[in-house]
Amino acid sequence: MRFSALAAVAMLVVAGCGSSNPNTGNTLAPPPTASLKPLDKVGPGEGQLNLIAWEGYVDDSWAKPFTQQTGCVVSSKYAGSSDEMVSLMKDGGGGQYDMVSASGDADLRLIYSGDVRPMNEKLIPDWTNFQTFFKNPPYNTISGIHYGISLQWGPNTLLYSTKKFPNKPTSWQVIYDPANKGLITVPDNPIQIADAALYLMKTQPSLGIKDPYELTKKQFDASVALLTTQRPLIKKYWALASDEISLFQNGDVVVGAAWPYQTIQLKAAGAAVDETIPAEGATGWGDTWMLATKAPHPNCAYLWTQYVSTAKIQAEQALFFGETPVNTQACAQMEALQAGSCAQYHADAAGTYFDTIKFWKTPIATCADGSQTCIPYDQWVSAWTTIKG
Amino acid sequence: MSVATARRPRPKGGGAVPFAGLLWRLPWLRPLLLLAPPLAWFVVIYLASLATLLITAFWTINPFTTQIVQVWSTDNFQRIINEPAYHSIISRTVIMAAAVTVTDAVLAFPFAYYMARVASRRAQTLLFAAVLLPLWASYLARVYAWILILNHNGVLNWSLQSIGLPPANIGYTNIAMWVVFSYIWLPFMIIPTYAALERVPETLLEAAADLGARRWRAVRDVMLPLALPGVVAGSIFTFSLTLGDYITPILVGGAGSSFIGNVIYSNVGIANNIPFAASLAAVPVAIMAVYLLLAQRLGAFEAF
Repeated sequence: MRFSALAAVAMLVVAGCGSSNPNTGNTLAPPPTASLKPLDKVGPGEGQLNLIAWEGYVDDSWAKPFTQQTGCVVSSKYAGSSDEMVSLMKDGGGGQYDMVSASGDADLRLIYSGDVRPMNEKLIPDWTNFQTFFKNPPYNTISGIHYGISLQWGPNTLLYSTKKFPNKPTSWQVIYDPANKGLITVPDNPIQIADAALYLMKTQPSLGIKDPYELTKKQFDASVALLTTQRPLIKKYWALASDEISLFQNGDVVVGAAWPYQTIQLKAAGAAVDETIPAEGATGWGDTWMLATKAPHPNCAYLWTQYVSTAKIQAEQALFFGETPVNTQACAQMEALQAGSCAQYHADAAGTYFDTIKFWKTPIATCADGSQTCIPYDQWVSAWTTIKG
Repeated sequence: MSVATARRPRPKGGGAVPFAGLLWRLPWLRPLLLLAPPLAWFVVIYLASLATLLITAFWTINPFTTQIVQVWSTDNFQRIINEPAYHSIISRTVIMAAAVTVTDAVLAFPFAYYMARVASRRAQTLLFAAVLLPLWASYLARVYAWILILNHNGVLNWSLQSIGLPPANIGYTNIAMWVVFSYIWLPFMIIPTYAALERVPETLLEAAADLGARRWRAVRDVMLPLALPGVVAGSIFTFSLTLGDYITPILVGGAGSSFIGNVIYSNVGIANNIPFAASLAAVPVAIMAVYLLLAQRLGAFEAF
């Protein structure tokens, strides 16, 4: 950890010296807060903790006991989208907010704008019980520095009507198939371009896509072209999970890209649907508690992170939302609360399972090889506008 | 206080002129002082924010950190001009706004005519309540109600099928948007049209009748031109409200239904590209400026 911080500082120096203009150089400058030293030990709580969270991530059923244990009074602001989180966190949380439960598509933006600071994973006892992948996922860990502690995750699955598809579809091809014209729905989100790239990764190996979030111009154009041919087949680009639920319930669509949440809701309502992760794999999202650079209550923030990482709270939150805990010890707790849920949510998945899931991260211009030839997120957004028309 | 001071004899010699005297000597000062607070509010809050918007439109962002780069450039406007996707989005928005306006004008005129000139006092009150009643319910609730009507298993298809007709699959299309917009903004057309029709003096119609015009001829040649400013005033509402909307396209539209507002929303919210959003926001401002000029020519502002 310390070594990595040193390495990051060294990189900064090299980047600063090696090129007169670091923005056009081919080495990515480390995040502005990379050299900030995290806490060595957690002190007594400051009595207050201000969180920006997804709706319900700070439910009273586990926030109240936390306040009783630590004396940190939790107040939370719910954000409706990753982008709202990013804008609320402007200027390091503004000295007002302590933490944000950001998703992978917001993390790099927060990290590289210097709005979040490194965290010391050694202060989180349960961190050693995390799935290996979620100890250092690329969306919150850069050069070995942790800019947050993983919380929960979920895959983006293929949701389909079992009436229309008696046999489980095995490929994402069904959402690009003209046979299903007017019966398809996909999320209204530029990150959907990565889903097309993931599909092309397997179906057109000649494009050489390695990471669906790091696309060269040629790979990006191919993905956009695939989505452009998909557009006439789309009934609706859904913006809210509830939209997709009603589209399936009303028979407007029979297949689409979804979250496990929709499947659970639809099945509970008696709809004839099921979900699958097709052969090409799937994209997924992983949420992280990140510490604001200007957090006024860092000790309470660490106490909170310790608390939500415990197996018991991980299991409670997972079942509350239909998402999957990162703590492998949470499985037994989940089974106790709801039999069969551990396997249903893949909480017991083997390490290889995570190879099939490509987790959301913010597309940036720097490719894995350090070159600046990848397409950054603002171009994803304008391409998405063009695709939707 | 000022009245008391005004009645006091003016001090002799070089004493300060009392405030009230000043007001009396400078007649323009009183309206200026009265108008100053609302005017200041208007200039600072309203015009200043518009000016900021226009200035921001000429900046760009650093694509990596999405921080605003304050260097003058017309890149944003060039992008809007050069990319066909924005052309189709802008023309879709304008055509929809125009279609909704025409639809509402056609629907509203006979209704407003009946309300203003045919219905009894009692019926008039009832009709007024009926027009305004939908405005009591939330916009979202009304749009969702239309989704329930138009979707695949909705009321519309169910009704069509029960009378033996094929289903009309217009849910999540631009036609659905047109229907919903026309419904939602209809009251904003009916009320100014009603107000204009009510003001047409009965004597003019009688004069037309005396000169041999039949009822429909009087309506066409006397009533319609006199009511036109009201219709145009209503059209300002329906046109601008449709032009600026982005919620109905999200909820009711299908693929290929983005409005200018949706692109602005995604640039502010998702891409954090405020300069581009600002330059795109200048487009409806420009369209409305032209529209208001035309409306003024047609006498819309005399209707209020």
